[in-house]
Amino acid sequence: MKKLQKADYIKMYSFMLKIRRFEERAAQLYGMGKIGGFCHLYIGQEAVVVGILMTIDKNDSVVTTYRDHGHMIARGLDPKRIMAELTGREDGYSAGKGGSMHMFSKENNFYGGHGIVGAQVPIGTGIAFTHKYNGEKNICRTYIGDGAMNNGQVFEAFNLAALWKLPVLYIIENNKYGMGTSVDRAAAGLDLYKRGEAFGIPGEKVDGMNIFSVIEAADKAGKYVREGNGPYIIEVQTYRYRGHSMSDPAKYRTKEELDNYKQTDPIEIVKSEILKKKIATNDEIEKINKDTLEEIKNAAEFATNSPFPKGSELYTDVYL
Amino acid sequence: MSTEILMPALSPTMTEGNLSKWLIKKGDTVKAGDLIAEIETDKATMEVEAVDEGVVLDLLFKEGEVNIPVNKAIAIIGDPNEKIELKKEHPVEKVIEEKKIEKNIETKTENKKDDIIDTPSPKIEEDRNLSSEEITMRQALRDTMAEEMRKDNKVFILGEEVAEYQGAYKVTQGLLQEFGKERVLDTPISEHGFTGLAVGAAFKGLRPILEFMTFNFSMQAIDQIINSAAKTLYMSGGQINCPIVFRGPNGAAAQVAAQHSQDFSSWYSQVPGLKVIAPSTPYNAKGLLRSAISDPNPVIFLENEILYGLKGPVNNDINFSIPIGKANIEKEGKDLTIVTYSIMLQKSKEAALRLKEEYNLDTEIIDLQTLRPLDTETILNSVKKTNRLITVEESWPFGSVGSEIANIVQRDAFDYLDSPVIKVNSADVPMPYALSLEKLYLPQVDDIINAAKKVSYIK
Repeated sequence: MKKLQKADYIKMYSFMLKIRRFEERAAQLYGMGKIGGFCHLYIGQEAVVVGILMTIDKNDSVVTTYRDHGHMIARGLDPKRIMAELTGREDGYSAGKGGSMHMFSKENNFYGGHGIVGAQVPIGTGIAFTHKYNGEKNICRTYIGDGAMNNGQVFEAFNLAALWKLPVLYIIENNKYGMGTSVDRAAAGLDLYKRGEAFGIPGEKVDGMNIFSVIEAADKAGKYVREGNGPYIIEVQTYRYRGHSMSDPAKYRTKEELDNYKQTDPIEIVKSEILKKKIATNDEIEKINKDTLEEIKNAAEFATNSPFPKGSELYTDVYL
Repeated sequence: MSTEILMPALSPTMTEGNLSKWLIKKGDTVKAGDLIAEIETDKATMEVEAVDEGVVLDLLFKEGEVNIPVNKAIAIIGDPNEKIELKKEHPVEKVIEEKKIEKNIETKTENKKDDIIDTPSPKIEEDRNLSSEEITMRQALRDTMAEEMRKDNKVFILGEEVAEYQGAYKVTQGLLQEFGKERVLDTPISEHGFTGLAVGAAFKGLRPILEFMTFNFSMQAIDQIINSAAKTLYMSGGQINCPIVFRGPNGAAAQVAAQHSQDFSSWYSQVPGLKVIAPSTPYNAKGLLRSAISDPNPVIFLENEILYGLKGPVNNDINFSIPIGKANIEKEGKDLTIVTYSIMLQKSKEAALRLKEEYNLDTEIIDLQTLRPLDTETILNSVKKTNRLITVEESWPFGSVGSEIANIVQRDAFDYLDSPVIKVNSADVPMPYALSLEKLYLPQVDDIINAAKKVSYIK
């Protein structure tokens, strides 16, 4: 496994914390009516994307679902512009035309942000196809929710990826519920990573609350894919603390279940590791916390002050 | 008793075949199931088996003879002691009696499935670079793809049977041999998956040409076409475009019934973010496909199976293109306007000839070529001149391209109209299988003539 440096620990902690503070602030703005439509928060799942990103090359591509704010932050994109997209303003990454579910950054190889369950899976497979076609050594990370694992096009994409040995890393973020339906009520066979077996795609299951497990698996899987062996599936067991979207009270699960997961909070795990290894002091951690809070507050302020898109923008960007 | 072996119809649209090889000779004894000949059709070369038993008494065509009509006797087998008696006529199809039902049209019987007649087009003939040789629509499409693939290695083609099989309709013939399996890819039968893959590849900068074996199968993939390909440029605030061509045969072929005979022109034309093209001749197929492949947006390119065999001159300049969004005035006229596209252009031209002969009506015909963006200017200018409009298309009537044209014309040229706009469409039912009903379902020349009479107040 990749040897983690001191700076890596700080980076992991900072990014995970930034995602959480961002999502909390987004929830607040939603409550104030500053964010509309659907808004899916990533709180609880931070170790997944941050862990995977510790192992990748900057020219690798990524495509994900509509639960995408955390993915963008982890990618190093500007929280100000992400939040401005959530508030539907002209400084947003999609100039206010995409919203929470449809954000992209081509220059950072971030290909969305897709609102249709499962649709991003063939798309990510096609981006991987392009890497191979162009003779690039890069891979495409394609995130899949547990709900999408029952969607037909996912298996069509698996078949194509295996058939053509495409450099795609599939990451199933299994947060236990597809909206209000638990995985065991939706999927026959609970080991979702095994669904690639029929196509000869290797896979494994990982504890997604522990970032170190995620990094270890991602490192191994990334090497396998990058060496031209074809696709690989990582199923990350994770949990979202909030409902499916802002309007979901999450009555389908117990408070005990939620509290139980909070005992293994992914950010706390990294923090205690930093303190245990004496990578940083409590004071230094506090400074990160304070700076992060400040950064996100500024992002919210930026996002609520950015102008709404002009009426003339309605008819732009339909055709190139 | 002797039996004739007839030229078989080996595909729904085959009307004639070439005898590439005899596998039997005079005097041979054949049993049912023995291979007797190799026949080349418009799509492939196939072996033909004997159905009856006996001695080969005569071979009626030599190897290499071409354009032998379906159902023509090609050999005779039987008892060598009996006298040969050759029947005189073998109609290509039996004449079918039809009753007039539902549609109030005068039905006429035609004895060919593939009755596409193309008359010279004045606009095409003006082209100085026109080839002296005539090629089929199929070749025109193939050549254009090959030319564009030579220019830009980001262009590749994928679809079912496009590579080793050489295309289900032979449109991709030879591309695998020239460009290799990295750029000509056979896909499994998973439209949803490979369409999404191609869209992803286009987002990332490649220029895929995706062949649907027929557009009927695009319904399996329509989410990726509309939700992903058409909308992402907008949703990304102009960052991510999708330079892809979705092409393949659209609409009715010949007796392939409801699930394989659907026209999708108005479906796709409704979607902002898509461009929609429907060529009608080898000439415009070449020019329009080149524009489609070069376009930075997703383009739906609706071909027609029956037109694949249509021959005509083309412009062989490898940079010749016809702009997207521009209609062609196929024929100028002063008495009424017909707006049409794809295969209905040929039917409209036939109708125009008869309208001139029988009613002395001088018809202007507009071939839309592009359905989205629609060339409303050309339509309106024509209506302002002729004051009468009919639209002719193969799609179902509800919410068709003609419906939108009727709306635009009543809105923008109301005062110029001397009659209501009349739409000629297919019947508002699923496509039936029976030949008699299929003919009733599709717009026929008589339907166009009746509509023209109606807008001209001719009883």
